[in-house]
Amino acid sequence: MTTSSPPPAPRLALRGIRKVYPGVVANDGIDLTVAPGEIHAVLGENGAGKSTLMKIIYGVTRPSAGDIHWEGQPVTVRDPAHARELGIGMVFQHFSLFETLTVAENVALALPGRTDLRELSRRIEEVSTRYGLPVDPRRTVHALSVGERQRVEIVRCLLQQPRLLIMDEPTSVLTPQAVEKLFETLRRLAAEGCSILYISHKLDEIRALCHSATVLRGGRVSGHCRPAEETPASMARMMIGKDLPHCEHGPAQGGGEVRLRLAGLSHASDDPYGVDLRDLHLDVRAGEIVGIAGVSGNGQQELLRAISGEERLAEKHPVQICGTEAGRLSAGARRRLGLCFVPEERLGRGAVPALPLVDNGLLTAARSQGLVRAGFLARGKARAFAERCIATFDVRGGGADAAAQSLSGGNLQKFIMGREILQAPKLLVAAQPTWGVDVGAAAFIRQAIIDLRNRGCAVLVISEELDELFEICDRIAVIAQGRLSPPRDIGEASIEEIGLWMSGLWPGAESNAPAAAEAAHA
Amino acid sequence: MEGNLFTAVLFATVVAGTPLILTALGLLVSERAGVLNLGAEGMMAVGAVAAFAATHHSGSPWLGVLAGLVAGAAMALVFGFLAITLQANQVASGLALAIFGVGLAAFIGKPYESLALPAVPPIRLPFIADIPLLGEALYNQQALVYGSWALFWAVLWFLYRSRAGLVLRAVGESPAAAHAIGHPVLRIRYLAVAFGGAMAGVGGAFLSVFYTPMWVEGMVAGRGWIALALVVFATWRPLRVMLGAYLFGGVMVSQLFVQGAGLQIDFPSQLLSSLPYLATIVVLVAISRNPATIRLNSPLSLGKPYRPDA
Amino acid sequence: MLRLEPRPQASRLMTWLSPLLAAVLTLVAGGMLFALLGKDPAEGLRLFLVAPLKDLYGLSELLLKATPLMLCATGLAIGFRANIWNIGAEGQFMLGAVGATGVALWAGESESALVLPGMLLGGALAGAAWAAIPAWLKTRFNANEILVSLMLVYVAQLLVSWLVFGPWKDPQGFNFPQTVMFADAALLPVLVDGTRLHLGLLFALAALVAAYVFMYRSHAGFRMRVAGEAPDAARYAGFSASRTIWTGLLCGGAAAGVAGMAEVAGPMGQLTDKLSLGYGFAAIIVAFVGRLHPLGIFLASLLMALLYIGGEQVQQYMNLPNSIALVFQGLLLFFLLGADVFIRYRLRFGSGAASA
Repeated sequence: MTTSSPPPAPRLALRGIRKVYPGVVANDGIDLTVAPGEIHAVLGENGAGKSTLMKIIYGVTRPSAGDIHWEGQPVTVRDPAHARELGIGMVFQHFSLFETLTVAENVALALPGRTDLRELSRRIEEVSTRYGLPVDPRRTVHALSVGERQRVEIVRCLLQQPRLLIMDEPTSVLTPQAVEKLFETLRRLAAEGCSILYISHKLDEIRALCHSATVLRGGRVSGHCRPAEETPASMARMMIGKDLPHCEHGPAQGGGEVRLRLAGLSHASDDPYGVDLRDLHLDVRAGEIVGIAGVSGNGQQELLRAISGEERLAEKHPVQICGTEAGRLSAGARRRLGLCFVPEERLGRGAVPALPLVDNGLLTAARSQGLVRAGFLARGKARAFAERCIATFDVRGGGADAAAQSLSGGNLQKFIMGREILQAPKLLVAAQPTWGVDVGAAAFIRQAIIDLRNRGCAVLVISEELDELFEICDRIAVIAQGRLSPPRDIGEASIEEIGLWMSGLWPGAESNAPAAAEAAHA
Repeated sequence: MEGNLFTAVLFATVVAGTPLILTALGLLVSERAGVLNLGAEGMMAVGAVAAFAATHHSGSPWLGVLAGLVAGAAMALVFGFLAITLQANQVASGLALAIFGVGLAAFIGKPYESLALPAVPPIRLPFIADIPLLGEALYNQQALVYGSWALFWAVLWFLYRSRAGLVLRAVGESPAAAHAIGHPVLRIRYLAVAFGGAMAGVGGAFLSVFYTPMWVEGMVAGRGWIALALVVFATWRPLRVMLGAYLFGGVMVSQLFVQGAGLQIDFPSQLLSSLPYLATIVVLVAISRNPATIRLNSPLSLGKPYRPDA
Repeated sequence: MLRLEPRPQASRLMTWLSPLLAAVLTLVAGGMLFALLGKDPAEGLRLFLVAPLKDLYGLSELLLKATPLMLCATGLAIGFRANIWNIGAEGQFMLGAVGATGVALWAGESESALVLPGMLLGGALAGAAWAAIPAWLKTRFNANEILVSLMLVYVAQLLVSWLVFGPWKDPQGFNFPQTVMFADAALLPVLVDGTRLHLGLLFALAALVAAYVFMYRSHAGFRMRVAGEAPDAARYAGFSASRTIWTGLLCGGAAAGVAGMAEVAGPMGQLTDKLSLGYGFAAIIVAFVGRLHPLGIFLASLLMALLYIGGEQVQQYMNLPNSIALVFQGLLLFFLLGADVFIRYRLRFGSGAASA
């Protein structure tokens, strides 16, 4: 049970909250109490129901049953505007900012009534200095880094003097140093009496920051605790019902032939909001897993497209796959060289949402698995292949005829991984392999990647989750502002050091005034 | 070129460009909110026939304009219901509106086909109409021409100086974000769509009541589609819409003046008539060839249905 | 209070039921329209639905009218599946007629068996060429194919007008805008004596079968379907976007071109300025109502043909304008788009808070 600070009525009390969507009960009988000035964590793995609960509190959606008490009074939160009137502010995981407008205009949109932009800019500067969240009201949002955008989101909330601030997975876009700064801000707010609901699945952060925690599992509350008194293992057990699975890493095989070589890869992004790649060098050998860490928005998308062939380069030699200069080859041609790729977006890119798994197997495996004969589809073989993926990778949810969009995130990711891995690639590139995936499936996927490496494949993993990279990689590098650090053996690297590199400050990086300033602000 | 000919060309250009301005500015507002309404041709046709009928029966061209406005808005709301509430595919819904609107207008307009309306005299603005060359061309025009200029300033102010316009642009960029910070996305989109339809209806009314005061099946002749292309060509900016509309107006009237200038041309009249359509293709190509231009300027959510969370 | 709730998976039942629902709603609305106009709704619907089918000749006319719709819609559906919006089928149809006429006029009085195949080829190539313009402009310059293909419809109309008023005008034709009548070798043979139903129907049926095999059995068709459903997935899988665009537009153009050829080599027997009957636009509706699937297109083109003929009947016997058929067609498409909602959503009673 949570202990409350002096004032009698809790700031927020949820009783028996239930939310049903077609085919799934997202929240089932949730009780939650937050006292004034308390930092309260809502902990749970992906799919446990945290986001749904927050949407209910913030008025984006309504509960199917249950009630909400705000400062002792029962309320129905009609919509986000009403929530703001009550004093609830929310900083979303995926920011709700408008790229083509300035910071001041973005903030103005969230405030009711007409606002004088000059007066507002003054207030923005005042709040941002006070809480250590530097933002420039005149800049257009699309020019801001991800960390800066989050600060805009927070400042936008703070200007409305919230009494409850909801932070939804705030640290997935921050370097470890920036996380520390954020925690200082949050502690300051709590000391002034603002309650904070902190949504996360990162056990270390919760133990460092939060006074109390409610743990969700499968849509229900599986426990309350005081994080400071728990160990990561005990919290994990509440979160997933058993101990955190570990991967059998095994020793690096190393020394194999070079399967991917980036030789001075430079590419200007044709997206005006994109990041230019500048002189990237990297070798990935057979039998090793190389990881690239980095906060999102530093060139990962552009790098992936340059490797996969979705973006063709001006020259052929900057990207070499299995010894062949591939810069000008199409995605299909690169697959024929032995490349397989698991993209970050499952629905809409890795798989076609409305098509069944049988057809989604055809998407990339048609040529390599002989599923096409004389231009015609070999239906029987396609089905056999899809069923093999499902069986080997423990994909649950309806069999080969189920539409991709009907599968859970974890199961669909297992299918896509399976499809790519069963093609026995020479080089596998995986982006955010376990994003949004439940813990069980995540462990399965990571082990599958390690097993693949043990069979002699070269693997490149690009991820924003440092823990994941440290768990599976043999060597690690960092991408920042379109530049790549030299890789480091995983045994010699530490999270703090890598965190520093994520701001662009690795030894040998050209001293770049904006980068240093960014690091100071990050 | 004679001064008289220049004045006459300018005059005709302004007139020909006016229905395009009206319709395109309406479409611009609708698209800025993220809704692509391809049914412009149908809305103009229905507006034209409604205006003609109303004017014929009431004797007042202004009632006709009102009828056109209401008819256009009503058609747009049907589309809005499909595209916004039911979240049907916007392209298909717009096409449906275009086909239905043209057909409905032909059907309703049959009894009016051989009728004529009395011509409405232009309104001459004293003093400025006396400016040599330009005065007669620009300031001795129909009221709706002046109205189209007023509309331009109104849309400009609305989009860039008013809070409502800021909210509309935000909705067009990211309806999900706008909803999350509490704006009524669906209502805003409905209003924008209705406005677009109303303006298209007025554009059609201009054609049938002022431009050639009669009704003929097919008289809109593709202007609705040209207006759609115009918005793209203008990269969703009001001033460029005006300039583009007059450019097209000029092309459309060019055939009259080739003959009027007594130039001996040996190619067929059909070629001249096809110039506006060919010109539309050319400007589309010119503006689209750099994909960054479109991406930078088009409202980000244009054409995508918005699904509010249940 | 009614709410729309998303389904976890698209409903297969509704996929086939919604065109039926749309057809029924259209007829109901049509009945109301008749009543509004002061005519007997039952009589109006009878003239629309029953009268055209009362004898063999009526059936043959139905199939005759359905032939160009089937052809155009089949070609269009291939493009629509891939999100390639060819709206200019009307223009491609006219160019096909022009191409076929060109061959027929050049062949003159020849009785060679090669004239018809030549016209078929000429029609298909001309239609495809007209569709190649938006294809090229889209792949090369990123120009929106909806507007380009549509503008070309107006240009095509003017081209036909110029030809029949000018260089191709029949000198013995009393100055009417039409070409000479085609020689027998340039006319499609009639399938059933006493009717006007000609070989073009077989072209249409062949096109349906070919489209089915292409879209559902071939890898190329699979690629088109993926491109339409998820363009990012198509790019990820390495499917060439420009090949998709060319395939989609050329199929539509060629099919419409063949339909144009069948029109001038069939009932019309010559090229006139009355060529454009809106088949190209009606075919868009047929493609949608037919669910972009060859079987559905077959049925939908029969329905649409019925609406066309019904319009003529109503004009003749009830003194209503022929364009009432256009109103019905538009209503059908509207109702279809509305009914389609139920494929992805279901209706629920009660407000958001109370559902169990």
